[in-house]
Amino acid sequence: MTTFAMSESAADSITDELAQLSPDLWTVSSSELTCLPPRPRPQSPPAQRRALKKFSRSDALPLVGAFLSALSTTLLIFGRLTPLSGQLGFVVVLLTTFLVTYSVLVSLTDDGPAVVDRVMAVLLTSSAVTALAALFSVVVFVLWRGHTALMHTNFFVSDLSTTGPLDPLDKGGIAHALVGTLIMTTIALVITVPLGVACSVYLTESKGRATGLVRTVVTAMTALPSILAGLFIFATWILVLGFERSGIAASIAMSIMMLPIIIRSADVVLRVVPGNLREASAALGAPKWRTVWHVVLPTARSGLTTSVILGVARGVGETAPILLTAGFTSTMNLNPTKDPMVSLPLAAFELVRSPQPSQVARGFATAAVLMILVLVLFTIARIVGGRPAGQLSTRQARRTVALSLKDVERMQETPIKETVRA
Amino acid sequence: MQDALTTVPHVEVAAPGEVQPRALNTRLGRGDRIFFRTASASGMLVLGIMVAVGLFLAIQATQALRATGVSFLTTAEWQPDSGKFGIAAVMVGTVLIALVAGVIALPIALGTALFITEVAPTWLRSSLVALVDLMAAVPSVVYGLWGLFLLQGRVIGLSRWINTWFSWLPFFDVARADPNSPLSSSSVYTASTFIAGIVVAMMVMPISCVVMREVFSQVPVGEREGAFALGSTRWGMIRVVALPFGRGGIIGGTMLGLGRALGETIAVVLVISPRFDINFHILEAGGNSVSSLIALRTFESSGFGLSALMAAGLALFAVTLVVNFTASWFVARSRSGASSEA
Repeated sequence: MTTFAMSESAADSITDELAQLSPDLWTVSSSELTCLPPRPRPQSPPAQRRALKKFSRSDALPLVGAFLSALSTTLLIFGRLTPLSGQLGFVVVLLTTFLVTYSVLVSLTDDGPAVVDRVMAVLLTSSAVTALAALFSVVVFVLWRGHTALMHTNFFVSDLSTTGPLDPLDKGGIAHALVGTLIMTTIALVITVPLGVACSVYLTESKGRATGLVRTVVTAMTALPSILAGLFIFATWILVLGFERSGIAASIAMSIMMLPIIIRSADVVLRVVPGNLREASAALGAPKWRTVWHVVLPTARSGLTTSVILGVARGVGETAPILLTAGFTSTMNLNPTKDPMVSLPLAAFELVRSPQPSQVARGFATAAVLMILVLVLFTIARIVGGRPAGQLSTRQARRTVALSLKDVERMQETPIKETVRA
Repeated sequence: MQDALTTVPHVEVAAPGEVQPRALNTRLGRGDRIFFRTASASGMLVLGIMVAVGLFLAIQATQALRATGVSFLTTAEWQPDSGKFGIAAVMVGTVLIALVAGVIALPIALGTALFITEVAPTWLRSSLVALVDLMAAVPSVVYGLWGLFLLQGRVIGLSRWINTWFSWLPFFDVARADPNSPLSSSSVYTASTFIAGIVVAMMVMPISCVVMREVFSQVPVGEREGAFALGSTRWGMIRVVALPFGRGGIIGGTMLGLGRALGETIAVVLVISPRFDINFHILEAGGNSVSSLIALRTFESSGFGLSALMAAGLALFAVTLVVNFTASWFVARSRSGASSEA
């Protein structure tokens, strides 16, 4: 049976070995058996596994060589041959010469399609590197310009009410803007989270004819330029209704902007909750609202959290609507219904427009604080919402197992208790 | 033998006419009625708010629109108090900024999306996805600061170079610049549409990239493997399978980015110096956009001026709406778009 699986050469070599080991076995019956005469075999090299690794040394060497050659050429062009200058131009010339050198190097060993493949891979990589370099330069530049102000503790605990533009950085801070952002965001969350989640539940759970209309209008409103949300609140709340510019006006403008974003992503999250969960709940006799409250919303909890956090990250960083509705102040204001209130992006925007270097440094530090805040929110969103609905993290899985163990115990205990009682 | 066999017990079978279907109670319980009423009430509330925003802008804008009529679309100046105002200059500026942003963002977004889905090693993918998402979340004021303080100085050299070599193309021409004179001031290149467009491109790129990546990640494995099995290189597979499959997503993502670029305010306010004439020379100092006009003029406007601003805002909203709906139409219509969310 095994010889079936063996290749022919392997079977032959076994026969040969047998013939060598016990020649008498063969000589006995040699007259009756037909034997193949032993013949010289061509010595084939031992079979080698095909290399499946994508990136080998022969791939890396042309890359390194082309890069070194391109770097030298570009340095020569910029330093000796032409009066070119500027970092941007240097990078562009470097990339071009690199691509040319690399394609020539690759075409020495490979044919046409392979050369195109290599060159396109380099182009795709360099576009991704460009994007990341831009992000990196934004983050580093803002942190670097702001670090002089960020070094001082007073920057986080005091406001600018008694600090003039000419005062050094160890006086004054942006506590008022931090608190303002906190208050505005909280109010906006109180408005948008219940309304947004309820509306997306309406969109997914109810089959009314109006859901299509609501969904279309919400989609349309995601296209609303944020400045128009501010202009709307400025014209209604402040001019028509006669309230003053305040934190609450800014919160409402922020809510109008965040609401469509939250509803759209929550709608998507709720729609991917598996239908069999809903049906199982209905089969157990649960009314619709219990199904939504105990099955649909808990299943989609991480996705909903993500959509809310992303909405907040968008709302916190938005300057335009707040510019028109919150006013600008340099003093701490804890009352959102009265007097102007300032938020982090607005403070950064106003501070950098001052000609004084210390104000500009404060503006950059404010922007850095804002950026870090958004990064933190974003990281939380990634951690919370990193997995699709229904897939639990280790800790959640452990908690669920504990809960159902408790249920089993309860179910086993109940009849005993009843018998005891009886 | 009779008792040893299992017999079917006698069942009274109802005559066909007597069969009554079980009464299915479709009436909702009280809890469900409250639930559905609350849910649809919140849906209607959201609908009401959103429609109110649109209607209010439209009603407020009519006063200004009635005063100017069609000349609102053709006038370049913005002097509402003397009755001479229109969106010709600001709208052209807005569209130019968005176009510059789109032209810069499209190749980078496409390349990055393809890099993430096709080229990058698997262990790198999720962190790249997170970084691109992060780029979309960075506040626009931060990009504005970066553009004003870091980018502007770097780009002037590029502007001068483009102007020197390509000024025969009408939109690369700069009126007051003399590229042959080494002493010419570089201030003619600052605060231009071009620089604002680059800054806006930074904000738009991740938005387009997310949509494109989503689409490319849905390329059917069978077609992908089929291309490889026929001996295609990786780029060959991208060209004949991934790009045609994702065409709808590429167009849709780009337009979605354009929609965002049209409405961008703060970065444009920070970078550009406003001017009110139709200016197609993108490298030249000065430009304008509808949203920066609103941001700068709201406080100094009286009732009629505000109405004029609302009319401009309404026009901008109409343009972004058309762009966004076209984008989602393209995405939904493409082969890949059925399940993607853009």
